[in-house]
Amino acid sequence: MKVVVCIKQIPDPATPYTLEEGTNWLVRPDEQILDDGDRYGVEVGLQIAEANEGTVTLVSMGPSGNGQGVRQALAMGADKAILIEDDALRGSDALTTARALAAAIKEEGFDLIIAGTESTDGYSGVVPQMMAELLGVPALTYATKVEAGEGSVTIHRQTNAGYDVVNAALPALVAVTAGVVEPRYPTFKGIMDAKKKPVDNLSVADLGIEVTSDQTVASIAEATARTAGQKIEDEGEAHLAIVALLEERKVI
Amino acid sequence: MSLLKSIYITEDLEAIRAQVREYVEQELVPNVEQWEAERAVPRSVLDEMGKLGFFGLRIPEEYGGIGMGTLATVVFAEELGRSTSGGTNATILVHTDLATPYVLHFGTPGQKEKWLPRLATGELISAIAVTEPDAGSDVAAIRSSAQRDGEGWRINGTKMFITNGSIADVVFVAAKTNLEVKGSRGVSIFAVEKGTEGFSASRALEKMGWHASDTAELVFDDVWVPAENLIGEENRGFYYIMSNFQNERLAIMGLALGESQKALEMTIEYVKNRSAFGAPLWNKQAIRHRLAMRQAEVDAARELTYRAAWLKEQGEDAVRETSEVKALVGELSNRVLYDCVQFHGGMGYMAESAVERMYRDVRLNSIGGGATEVMLDEVAKRL
Ligand SMILES: Cc1cc2nc3c(=O)[nH]c(=O)nc-3n(C[C@H](O)[C@H](O)[C@H](O)COP(=O)(O)OP(=O)(O)OC[C@H]3O[C@@H](n4cnc5c(N)ncnc54)[C@H](O)[C@@H]3O)c2cc1C
Ligand SMILES: Cc1cc2nc3c(=O)[nH]c(=O)nc-3n(C[C@H](O)[C@H](O)[C@H](O)COP(=O)(O)OP(=O)(O)OC[C@H]3O[C@@H](n4cnc5c(N)ncnc54)[C@H](O)[C@@H]3O)c2cc1C
Repeated sequence: MKVVVCIKQIPDPATPYTLEEGTNWLVRPDEQILDDGDRYGVEVGLQIAEANEGTVTLVSMGPSGNGQGVRQALAMGADKAILIEDDALRGSDALTTARALAAAIKEEGFDLIIAGTESTDGYSGVVPQMMAELLGVPALTYATKVEAGEGSVTIHRQTNAGYDVVNAALPALVAVTAGVVEPRYPTFKGIMDAKKKPVDNLSVADLGIEVTSDQTVASIAEATARTAGQKIEDEGEAHLAIVALLEERKVI
Repeated sequence: MSLLKSIYITEDLEAIRAQVREYVEQELVPNVEQWEAERAVPRSVLDEMGKLGFFGLRIPEEYGGIGMGTLATVVFAEELGRSTSGGTNATILVHTDLATPYVLHFGTPGQKEKWLPRLATGELISAIAVTEPDAGSDVAAIRSSAQRDGEGWRINGTKMFITNGSIADVVFVAAKTNLEVKGSRGVSIFAVEKGTEGFSASRALEKMGWHASDTAELVFDDVWVPAENLIGEENRGFYYIMSNFQNERLAIMGLALGESQKALEMTIEYVKNRSAFGAPLWNKQAIRHRLAMRQAEVDAARELTYRAAWLKEQGEDAVRETSEVKALVGELSNRVLYDCVQFHGGMGYMAESAVERMYRDVRLNSIGGGATEVMLDEVAKRL
């Protein structure tokens, strides 16, 4: 089974973000990390490939920087990586991102595509669905459990009440939620082997796509600061006040 | 806060660093308090580290490791040092960088084949027993002895302060094999497996720090081991010890650097959030400057350590450089933790704060593996 996992390298969320003057694009430093949410995707991909004698190909778009994020995913055990990097793709909106990823994935060929539900930096949460549409395959989203084999994939799709069981024939795309599986730590050997694995670098010209970003960031504003919570002093009756509050909010 | 970039640190080392840092942060830091209280790191944790390859950093690929060099040891130790538990760090590093190197560097091909793959996975945890009640800094003065007996050796003696002494599956023991010659000429190293008749770990010693580490007194009462357990060559033990000391010292000082860096980060965070006299403590220049100076010293010490490790990788003995590092960084880590406790105020004196534990832990950095005074003499001899 040929599994493709979409991974995004992002600036370390622990360090402050900066935005480019004028365009308001996120400045992407040389040092980026593997988006934590995509680690779950890599783990799901590896488990499915291991169970089905398959391979895992990583696809990532964006400035590769020192490549540590991709190396980390390769170290976990993926077989190869495709990096899409092109100045023309700077500031891509979600649809352009999806077009580029879909073109590369189509060229590579696949049975199953795994992506995260939303990235940590952009978090539009639409790239996976857009890719599925562009590739003409079903999108199974919000997956909290994934099983694949024998030409089909089945997921638990998280809902407000619990989960739906959703099944689709392969090829298909699955967007997984964080926590779906416990991502493995790479072994030291995995880390050393990672740099010997094949990495293809593709440009817009290689992909044969046209880049037309229709969206711009019109303005940005500070998020409103959270207001302080309400303090309830406990003089023996605090639990009643809390119950009343929860009832008022219709939580209980 | 990210580490300063260094000319000695390659991409491979950065990748190792990132991996260990994350593992330490996720899997060690949240648990060390419990392990300190229990006076032990659970074997399951060591097993997991073994699976991840942590113990095979220096072991060649053919024996199940990744065959990296001294710089990798320093980077690994630095990141381990961030666990905030010296005892946890010691449990691991004594196995990887103080004991295993006896087979790695001086074992016969047969011994390497027999031991290294299992030392690399953590199936076997190891210890090194040199120090005795009456011989520490003065290694040549050890009294434990081994005499030929049939197809093997019979070992007698007592070893003191042995890290991993009661948990180790195999202990590398220094014993006199020739009493006729000068002390340093008649020492050999033997592998003694747990459960060998006559070998016992008599008591777990209570310590000022390193609480999660097992420190034992070992007794060898007519312990017989087969000839194949003599590591390397007979009577070469003193030189093996002196040679391994170089790696060992850089490894422990890697820990000291990691401990210092982590403590500084925790303290800077603390004083930025702690208000006194209407403003964060960080606004006090006396505090800010002291911490900035300690950071400068740690940054300088780190480069000195990398350089010594790099020289070793170039094939130099680097005894002067390594001794400088051991003397300088061991003392520095004590100064750093002194200040970190100071700026945590009363909280820093409380057993629940990590800096209190680290303050006790780092005290050993200037004593164990070569006391500062001994190290300074090694430097002075070469000036
Ligand atoms: C400051 C800022 C401003 C932005 N402004 C706009 C805007 O004006 N209009 C607009 O449409 N978008 C905007 N974006 C979103 C940005 O263009 C997206 O980050 C990008 O297009 C990818 O979408 P996402 O990260 O939101 O993906 P999501 O849909 O949240 O990602 C879901 C999953 O898709 C996969 N994926 C997403 N991107 C990649 C990638 N590059 N490589 C590999 N896999 C990937 C990953 O598996 C990921 O987990 C902005 C982002 C930022 C940070
Ligand atoms: C927690 C712990 C774990 C240990 N683990 C191990 C282990 O796993 N294996 C092992 O073999 N050993 C181990 N040791 C022993 C350790 O290496 C020795 O304690 C150390 O080498 C010092 O030896 P000593 O205690 O005999 O001190 P001594 O040799 O008695 O020295 C005492 C002090 O005198 C000073 N001094 C010594 N020599 C000189 C000199 N030439 N000039 C000036 N001053 C000098 C120093 O300040 C020194 O600290 C451990 C010790 C501790 C506390």
